[in-house]
Amino acid sequence: MNSLWAVTLATLKKDIRLEWRSKDALNSMLFFSLLVVVIFSFSFDPTAEESRQIAGGLVWVGFLFASVVALNQTWARELRNQVLDAYRVSPAPPNSLFVAKALGNFILVSVLEAVMAPLFIVFYNLRAIGPAWQLIPIGVLGTWALVVNGTFFAAVSIRTRSREIMLPLLLFPISIPAVQAMVEATRIILMGDGSARFWIVLLLTYDVVFTTACLGLFETILHAE
Amino acid sequence: MNSIKYLYAAYAATWIIHVFYLTTLVRRYSRLRQQLRELGKK
Amino acid sequence: MKRLFPILSVITAALLAYALYEAMVVAPTERTMGDVQRIFYYHVPSAWTAFLLFMVNLVASVVYLIRRNPKADALAVVCAEVGVVFCTIVLVTGPIWARPVWGIWWTWDVRLTTTLVLWLIYVSYLVLRRFSDSAQTPVLAAVLAIFGALDVPLVYFSIWFFRTQHPQPVIGGGGSLDPGMGRVLLINWLAFCCFAFLVCWSRYRLEMLQREVEEAHAMESLVGADGVSAKASLPLNRSPR
Repeated sequence: MNSLWAVTLATLKKDIRLEWRSKDALNSMLFFSLLVVVIFSFSFDPTAEESRQIAGGLVWVGFLFASVVALNQTWARELRNQVLDAYRVSPAPPNSLFVAKALGNFILVSVLEAVMAPLFIVFYNLRAIGPAWQLIPIGVLGTWALVVNGTFFAAVSIRTRSREIMLPLLLFPISIPAVQAMVEATRIILMGDGSARFWIVLLLTYDVVFTTACLGLFETILHAE
Repeated sequence: MNSIKYLYAAYAATWIIHVFYLTTLVRRYSRLRQQLRELGKK
Repeated sequence: MKRLFPILSVITAALLAYALYEAMVVAPTERTMGDVQRIFYYHVPSAWTAFLLFMVNLVASVVYLIRRNPKADALAVVCAEVGVVFCTIVLVTGPIWARPVWGIWWTWDVRLTTTLVLWLIYVSYLVLRRFSDSAQTPVLAAVLAIFGALDVPLVYFSIWFFRTQHPQPVIGGGGSLDPGMGRVLLINWLAFCCFAFLVCWSRYRLEMLQREVEEAHAMESLVGADGVSAKASLPLNRSPR
């Protein structure tokens, strides 16, 4: 168990260090996230009463698109330098690679969300009528739901043609219940329209089920080159 | 009785889709047979 | 074996014709919806058949992951493809039925939405198979099938809860079924199951032929100019596509 975490943390630190040194990818993703918010604000009039109702949905769809951009580069570096082959023959547990990648993506997508959320709040004059603290578990669980499956499907898409489009194509259908939960829960909190408890529990269930599935099946697909 | 059109449309749509799929199967089959024959000749 | 297929085809055609007659003529007319309700006898059996095919796909996928038997993989892709065809029919006949009865083309009710998500998952499955060039495509596809299977109960549950909060018309109606209608429904389902079986069988033969052609292509490129037989120079075990 010790070595699993040690390898995971080492891989994670390496990824963060590499990403921080060449901030190109990060900067373009940040700018993309900003553009998404602006485009949405133009398309869905923020002053209209209805927009307050759909703001929850807009925020999460925006996050979804931004996360796809982030997820697409997950394995790019590994592919370029044949790191995956090295990983396959190394004694390091394959799950440590997956967890490290998923955590790295989680941090990256959270950074993007941290940029987009204030913009949404400003443009849409968002105010949480319900208990605002519940937005934190929704944010964490929802982001993890997208990231864990996204990292997994990014690995599945590696050896396909049109890799970049393959990822959202596989990710979106599977993510539908999670996206519905995120959007509904956010809408309920913002509008103060009842309890978001069911949706948070559903998100938690989704996360547990799919984290288990990803951890269980990652080794299978790692060896399937 | 206008709604009876929808009934016919639904049944027709079902069979059109099935026939369409079966046609693609037949075409793929004959193309493969052709390829196999060409390979056999070589 | 070779004669079984034409015999079954004739039986199935007769069954389908009989089922159609039952649906159009024999089945009692529904009180509120009228004759349009007869779409039910095509819509519901198609849905049941699609779900059955997707379940077989799941089982075949799991078997493949455990045993790496290429026939299991062939069965998986066959069931996925034919399942998508039947699922498409459900999604087409549903709105055609909804429009005259409820005045709307679509409703996000539990069954129709779950069917839509299932369709999306399996179309993505087929796209993965088409776009993946590696020899391990069957493994990736099998994993995707498992993910899809895990997802469906969550989809159903989340939409069900959503609907209790925001009720909308339910396509396909709820409530009890007149026994006369139930009989016709089962006859149609039986007919479509036989039809699906024949289509799967044909598609399976096509899949086997395709693999044979691919192997022949591979063999051809291995045979050198001196015409040495490829079979003599290769190990005997066949690998999955």
